[in-house]
Amino acid sequence: MKLTRITGLAAGSMALVLVASACSSSATTAPSAAAGAPASAAAPASAAASGAVGAASAYVPPTDAGAAKGKTIAIISKGEQHAFWQAVKKGALDEAAKLGVTATYQGPADETKVNDQLNMLQTAISNNPAAVCFAALDSKAAGDLLNQAQSKNIPVIGFDSGVDSTIPVTTVATDNIAAAGLEADKLAAMIGDSGKVAIVIHDQTSQTGITRRDGFVNEMKAKHPNIQIVSIQYGAGDHQKSADLAKGIMTANPDLKGFFGGNEGSIDGVLDALKETGNTGKIVAVGYDSGQQQLDAINSGAESGAITQNPIGIGAKCVDAAIDAVNGKTLPKTIDTGFYWFDKTNINDPQIQAVLYK
Amino acid sequence: MQTATASTSRIRTLASGEYVQRLLALGALIILLVFFSIIAPHFASLENYRNILTATASNGLLATGVTFVIITGGIDLSIGTGTAFASVALGIVAVNLGLPLWLGLIAGLVAGGVVGLINGALIAKLKLPPFIATLGMMYVTIGMAQVLSDVHPIYFTDPQPAFNGFFMGNPVAGIPNTVWVMFGGAIVAWILLNKTVFGRYTFALGSNEEAARLSGVNVDRWKALVYVVCGVFVGLAGIVLSARSSSAQPSQGQGYELDAIAAAVIGGTSLAGGEGSIVGTMIGAFLISTLRTGLSVDNVPQQWQYVITGLVVIGAVWLDIQRRRSRA
Repeated sequence: MKLTRITGLAAGSMALVLVASACSSSATTAPSAAAGAPASAAAPASAAASGAVGAASAYVPPTDAGAAKGKTIAIISKGEQHAFWQAVKKGALDEAAKLGVTATYQGPADETKVNDQLNMLQTAISNNPAAVCFAALDSKAAGDLLNQAQSKNIPVIGFDSGVDSTIPVTTVATDNIAAAGLEADKLAAMIGDSGKVAIVIHDQTSQTGITRRDGFVNEMKAKHPNIQIVSIQYGAGDHQKSADLAKGIMTANPDLKGFFGGNEGSIDGVLDALKETGNTGKIVAVGYDSGQQQLDAINSGAESGAITQNPIGIGAKCVDAAIDAVNGKTLPKTIDTGFYWFDKTNINDPQIQAVLYK
Repeated sequence: MQTATASTSRIRTLASGEYVQRLLALGALIILLVFFSIIAPHFASLENYRNILTATASNGLLATGVTFVIITGGIDLSIGTGTAFASVALGIVAVNLGLPLWLGLIAGLVAGGVVGLINGALIAKLKLPPFIATLGMMYVTIGMAQVLSDVHPIYFTDPQPAFNGFFMGNPVAGIPNTVWVMFGGAIVAWILLNKTVFGRYTFALGSNEEAARLSGVNVDRWKALVYVVCGVFVGLAGIVLSARSSSAQPSQGQGYELDAIAAAVIGGTSLAGGEGSIVGTMIGAFLISTLRTGLSVDNVPQQWQYVITGLVVIGAVWLDIQRRRSRA
């Protein structure tokens, strides 16, 4: 009897793993090439915009709050997990204070908590703010609440991941597709334009997860056919998970040449994994955003470069856009807050330093 | 004495059931190792086995700690987020306050222990159901971790490079010291559970709390102590996690409690209480890490990794129920 139980459990597990492995060979990677970035209509289409800087769009922020003075703008972010969000918060609250509006800033504990975020959005809308700024963890899931906001005539401003819907009057964000594309070009140049690379990123449900992954993958496919992306793993931005996933990738691909970490937590995990396996400096790592660990790694050479967004700019501009919306101004479809590629050579430039955070 | 023979034969009956579950778990682990070695060519390497050990370090500690709690028939959902609280305590003492590292380590352990004490008090004295009490503490710990750290990670750079170097250094067989910390913790736990009065009372509370109370055991005190012991292991896990990322992450650990409980249950610890072993828990923890690592090395999509891990846990619990049913 004991024997049948052992075999039962083992056979069951093996059957499942076999099925999954079979699925994996057909279902891995290959994210939709029809990735059209919903939020980047205004930004330059190709990442072969070779400059290190992504063009910030020509949006002119308001200098006076007008009809929004003294009113409340509710900001719902994607989380508080990374220092990035604290920088967005600072940018938003400082701008609000400067222009004389009240801003509330809330976010769920981490970027997997979709339902928590929806509850926060619901509460915010019920309090009838002058405007709502929203960075969706899952664009489609927020549909009903957005309709609610619209029927109450509360303008919705999307930021960071934005919202995949026609309801937001604008989206304040980085052109992640172009930024990730630029990153792909940089990584390719560093590994001699051929070889194996892998991606560790936070998720595949939020716009930033999707656009960064697709931007990177599509650029590699289009411009660097000799580079093979052997694995894309999702670590929810958790350091330990991302590190373990990166190690699994390195085990499966001993000749791996490069890693792309799609957000702060992901690249931090990759850096830990490289350190633990003694591969620091042997495998090229490129990342996203900043944070103390990444900045140290870039200075030491463990990481070869990263894309920084402008989190303070994102926070400030979403408050600006909210004020403009309350005052009835027409806003462009997207407000591109710009991105920069930085590495050891330019990390100390003042314009780069201004957008980095620890 | 009569009570001695009665309890010895009872322990023997319990033990045989536990040995079965432990053998099953060990058997499944070996089969998984062989299986992955076959289908994923790079799996069977020293490097990969080291990776599995490293990946198990924190979960192994959490699972060991929670084994005590589950044996008493309770549960502790705060162990995951408790690591964030312990990490932040360590970070504040060793980095923000600039005190010596060893004080920081003690702070981490004490922070974990304090959370355990609160859990114990809520459950033993105020008679809250363990699920509810520890669920509440789960939120309190992650909240306090963020409050105390102002929602910012605390980095262990200068003057504490020794921290990461010590724990992640690998002078013995190229295996990081965190793994030896895990084994050390498991040995201490084994001694506690099998060779001390505390261990005997832990089992007694789980198999028949009323009988223990009537025999004059101070049930409240020993039950609270069980949660404190669990809390200290949580503190240790927080230290290990911080060592790995050289930082105290105020949002870490969410969901970690599930892996720990799964490891304990797979290893033969019964959720109904009264049964469990440290050896079994460790096997369970390795089984989960092996499964995860193997699936990731084999490049199985994330979605399927979740499904398979869940099904393995369900299978293990089902076997546990079958075994107890066949004995009853």
